[in-house]
Amino acid sequence: MKKTYKIEVDCANCAAKMEQAACRTPGVAAATVGFMAQKMSVTFEEGADPAAVMEQVVKNCKVVEDDCVIYI
Amino acid sequence: MTKKQKKMRLRILISALLLAGMMAADRLFLLPAGVRLAGYLIPYFVIGYDILRKAVLGIRNRQVFDENFLMAVATVGALALGEYSEGVFVMLFYQVGELFQSYAVGKSRQSIAALMDIRPDYANLEQDGQVVQVDPEEIAPGTLILVRPGEKIPLDGVVEEGSGSLDTSALTGESLPRSVTVGESVISGCIDLDGVLRIRTTKEFGESTVSKILDLVENSSMKKARTENFITHFARYYTPIVCYCALALALIPPLFLGNWGDWIQRALIFLVVSCPCALVISIPLTFFGGIGGASQAGILVKGSNYLEALSKADTVVFDKTGTLTKGSFQVAQIAPVPGVEESQLLEWAALAESFSNHPISKSLKAAWGRQPDQSRVSQVEELAGLGVTAQVDGQSLALGNLRLMEKVGAQCPPERQEPGSRIHLALDGVYQGSILIADTLKPTAVAAISALKKLGVRQTVMLTGDSPAAAAAVAGELGLDSYHAQLLPAQKVERVEELLAQKPAGKTLAFVGDGINDAPVLSRADVGIAMGALGSDAAIEAADVVLMDDDPAKIALAIRICRKCMVIVWENIIFALGVKGVVLAAAALGLSNMWLAIFADVGVMVLAVLNSTRMLRVGKSK
Repeated sequence: MKKTYKIEVDCANCAAKMEQAACRTPGVAAATVGFMAQKMSVTFEEGADPAAVMEQVVKNCKVVEDDCVIYI
Repeated sequence: MTKKQKKMRLRILISALLLAGMMAADRLFLLPAGVRLAGYLIPYFVIGYDILRKAVLGIRNRQVFDENFLMAVATVGALALGEYSEGVFVMLFYQVGELFQSYAVGKSRQSIAALMDIRPDYANLEQDGQVVQVDPEEIAPGTLILVRPGEKIPLDGVVEEGSGSLDTSALTGESLPRSVTVGESVISGCIDLDGVLRIRTTKEFGESTVSKILDLVENSSMKKARTENFITHFARYYTPIVCYCALALALIPPLFLGNWGDWIQRALIFLVVSCPCALVISIPLTFFGGIGGASQAGILVKGSNYLEALSKADTVVFDKTGTLTKGSFQVAQIAPVPGVEESQLLEWAALAESFSNHPISKSLKAAWGRQPDQSRVSQVEELAGLGVTAQVDGQSLALGNLRLMEKVGAQCPPERQEPGSRIHLALDGVYQGSILIADTLKPTAVAAISALKKLGVRQTVMLTGDSPAAAAAVAGELGLDSYHAQLLPAQKVERVEELLAQKPAGKTLAFVGDGINDAPVLSRADVGIAMGALGSDAAIEAADVVLMDDDPAKIALAIRICRKCMVIVWENIIFALGVKGVVLAAAALGLSNMWLAIFADVGVMVLAVLNSTRMLRVGKSK
């Protein structure tokens, strides 16, 4: 399953770091952050609960970039 | 400017003024050490408090190679070495660069949004003689809506009442207005120029053309090009490597040579240059601008990866009907026997076909250009596989193929292999001549192929299900390198696979079709281009690049835009890495200073971003 979320992030490098952080989160099969589009699209692993996974994704992204916002 | 940006601008101004004042005071008076330090620390904190805060947070989160951390170490280091003004300057310029970057990105995003300003704000509903404005999302298919001159058509539908001309330029880049009348379908996003239209909607807003296009453009930057992924990858290693080099530079040489302060200063220069911002921001910005600029010209690229692939196109494969040709029949040649006027022959043909709606009959009537007087025609008889016979002005007229001519006993020339179908005409059993009906080339097709050749496309190939004679005629006229005729859809895929195997490494193959029945080929090619996609959902789904109108000249334009984009991308990569490399080398040898480092960081970023923004104007320079 793939879902797209609106995000707010100020710098392109931070967006790249968020992408990595999201990819590392358990339950995430793949993640892409579009800095220009200010969007994050996440493909979830089969059987994963998107709501629970996204909570962890937000936590992991906050670690690498304190200022980021993900609208879930 | 946003609120955040305005606040930053204010901080930069205050800090710059304080710094300038402090530097002037430093020159004029002999200040005690404590006062000097405090005097510089005030502007330093004004400009850098958020960076310092983030650096501390970064350490706590074990994000050591975070640019905030690097900036903090570099500036604190400079302050500790007694280089007060440099320390503050580095922080100040870093923030100026960040502000500039965020401003430039915001501007680009805005101008792309303006390019794609096709989203309708409201739809007009007529209720009890009153016109009410409603959100287009709330309108169900089958509703009657009113569009007045100057308004955008909010939803796809069919004109039920009224006629007028539509400006489709926001969707297709085509400036010529299109006229519509009752019974014709219209698509959302067009602007009604004149005439009041009542439209019966056929789709809901989410399914309408305008939503599909906006969705496509907005999400296209999510599919990243290889160059883009390479840069993010590179940045992941570049920063740590430069930092370790800095650490080594600060510790190892002074163990043997002494002079700790000098080496630490060189190391700090490394830290300032270690930020990959210039690349990480300018590359996606260039692709974003390229996609936006192309969409302004009516070329929708579904991802940066396709933009990159199309720039390397080496083989372009075309479908024939509807792509290079109009896909409609037209009278191509009128060949009467001596003594008969061309117009006379055409008139007879139009009269005989006046009761038929076959495409060929339509083309004959269109060529004659007048409404045939049906009272002159009687006893019309359609003979399957032969043609038609009728009584016209009391004479018996036969119109059809050679077998029909034989049947009515008319003497006529032998059959030839030629593109299109030839219609023969006999009056009272006497041969009068023939009319050739063929699919005609699009007016820009010849120019489109030669433009591709000029761009260095090695091979142009046409695949068609049509007869070899028709294919040969088109291929010859256009100057195509090769063609394959009488292909079934599955055989087209096979041919494309053969061509894919033949092309040189690092090059790509693009397939151009009308998107209606060539979806398998579109997806098999490296880049599938669908044209004439306005209103065709299937084409928008299947293709990687969508040409909104059906002008084949857009293919060369698309390749040119993609190439320009890649040139800018590589300019930025080479420029940024080159400058950083030179400054790093110079710093290691002690030939560089803090000012050069600031240029290599902020200056390079600003120049690269400015270079990227050139892409935004690409759609206008056709």
